[in-house]
Amino acid sequence: MRLLALIAVVLTGGLIIFHTGDLPDFGDPNSPASTHLSPYYLEHGEGDTHAPNIVSAVLADYRGFDTMFETTVVFAAGLACFFLLRRKTEPGDKPRMYRHLPTGVTLRIKSGGTFPEEDSTEFRRMDSHFVPHQIIIKNTCRLVIPFIQVFALYVVAHGHYSPGGGFQGGVLLAAAIILYAISHDLRRSIHRFSEKVAALSGSLGVFIYAGAGALCLLLGANFLNYEALGPLLGVDAVMARSHGILIIEIGVALAVMAVIVWIYYNLSSAGKHDEGL
Amino acid sequence: MTDLLPLIAAKYNYWIYTILMMIGLYAMIAKNNLVKKIIGMNIFQTAIILFYVSIAYKKGATLPIIMGDGHGGGHGAIQAADYINPLPHCLMLTAIVVSVATLGVALALAIKIYRQYGTLEEDDINHQIRMQAGQ
Amino acid sequence: MTTPIDLMILTLVVISGVGALAVKDLLGAAIVFSAYSFLMCLAWAIMGAVDVAFTEAAVGAGVSTVFCVAAVFHTTRRTKD
Repeated sequence: MRLLALIAVVLTGGLIIFHTGDLPDFGDPNSPASTHLSPYYLEHGEGDTHAPNIVSAVLADYRGFDTMFETTVVFAAGLACFFLLRRKTEPGDKPRMYRHLPTGVTLRIKSGGTFPEEDSTEFRRMDSHFVPHQIIIKNTCRLVIPFIQVFALYVVAHGHYSPGGGFQGGVLLAAAIILYAISHDLRRSIHRFSEKVAALSGSLGVFIYAGAGALCLLLGANFLNYEALGPLLGVDAVMARSHGILIIEIGVALAVMAVIVWIYYNLSSAGKHDEGL
Repeated sequence: MTDLLPLIAAKYNYWIYTILMMIGLYAMIAKNNLVKKIIGMNIFQTAIILFYVSIAYKKGATLPIIMGDGHGGGHGAIQAADYINPLPHCLMLTAIVVSVATLGVALALAIKIYRQYGTLEEDDINHQIRMQAGQ
Repeated sequence: MTTPIDLMILTLVVISGVGALAVKDLLGAAIVFSAYSFLMCLAWAIMGAVDVAFTEAAVGAGVSTVFCVAAVFHTTRRTKD
């Protein structure tokens, strides 16, 4: 089996390398990829949309239909993970471990006993793999997480002028929440940003994107033609396209953040949402 | 053979892309462990993205962010040869986000398979399926 | 450019790609995969694709590694090949 795979792979690779003579040179400005459509985007992109970052302008305005379906694919992947892995925990599933804070004694309460209430100040719930209380990691992450979130919002808002945009900002926001879930407990992160909020935010992000397109349709122009939003927002056609790009980038950031956090919750606890990494 | 060296020097990005793609393809076919297959799939996807990004490169050109001279005003004629091609970058942003979504679903499937069969090696799983089908 | 820095980084990419598949410990494979992802991000940044490199840095070297480590945590760590 491995020999067959090796032969097939070497044959395919050899065939591709043999034909690289026909491909254009590396760095050639006159290659066919750079001469048909992209000069139009480069020359007219900023004049049409008032966004110097041409990649964001192409992604959100000229090719906005692809980006809408990509956001839908990301949301569908989050749904697929949820349907595959999610299991409800029975109250009597496993014995729980608690630490009595004043004395430092660890309790192990079997199923069927009485557990301490959720927010008691004397008992703190521990994971079944023993993790010591880490002051340095917890406090350093508490200091760093707000700055990560502010930077993520900056990246979303400045997608027009610098590298960035909706996806990058959404992934950074999700990374901040995942950092909180890793350094502190998974349960505290679920308590603050629960699964229901994540699922609803994901669908809200897709709704904002498709809704902006449908709004343009209702106002009489084509689907996702942001110039129709001009009279609604009170600006001229070019600035309306710029604001349209910002609205859908916000939708994309919300959807991507929610789905990545949702997939992390399901993967790191294998569906049970009680313990994590 | 003397004309091979200028050929390699002019098109080395295609050679590296082909080698990476074949490494990923071999891992997806020949490795036994499911997580190694998933890593091979991701190597394959990033090799394709490398191919498109290297097509977009132009020698002597700068980033596809239009440098202006203040707000509004006449920017003058924007030469397309001064900026690298932005269209493949846009397509590859979509590809990266789809690849991370696919990675999440593939790892969820791997966890479920482990829960059911107790192992992640492909030949052990095939053996167990055949034993269950034979009974 | 006189120093072929992108050729050096692409060579390191191929080496770490082979390394991620050859390591016998799945946790080690996830970490080498993260290094592969970061080197790809550098290669794309040198070729001028800054948006793509930004996304790959956030997604590949961050979120993707966490997903792999979480999956290895809930399955087994040993592998025979």
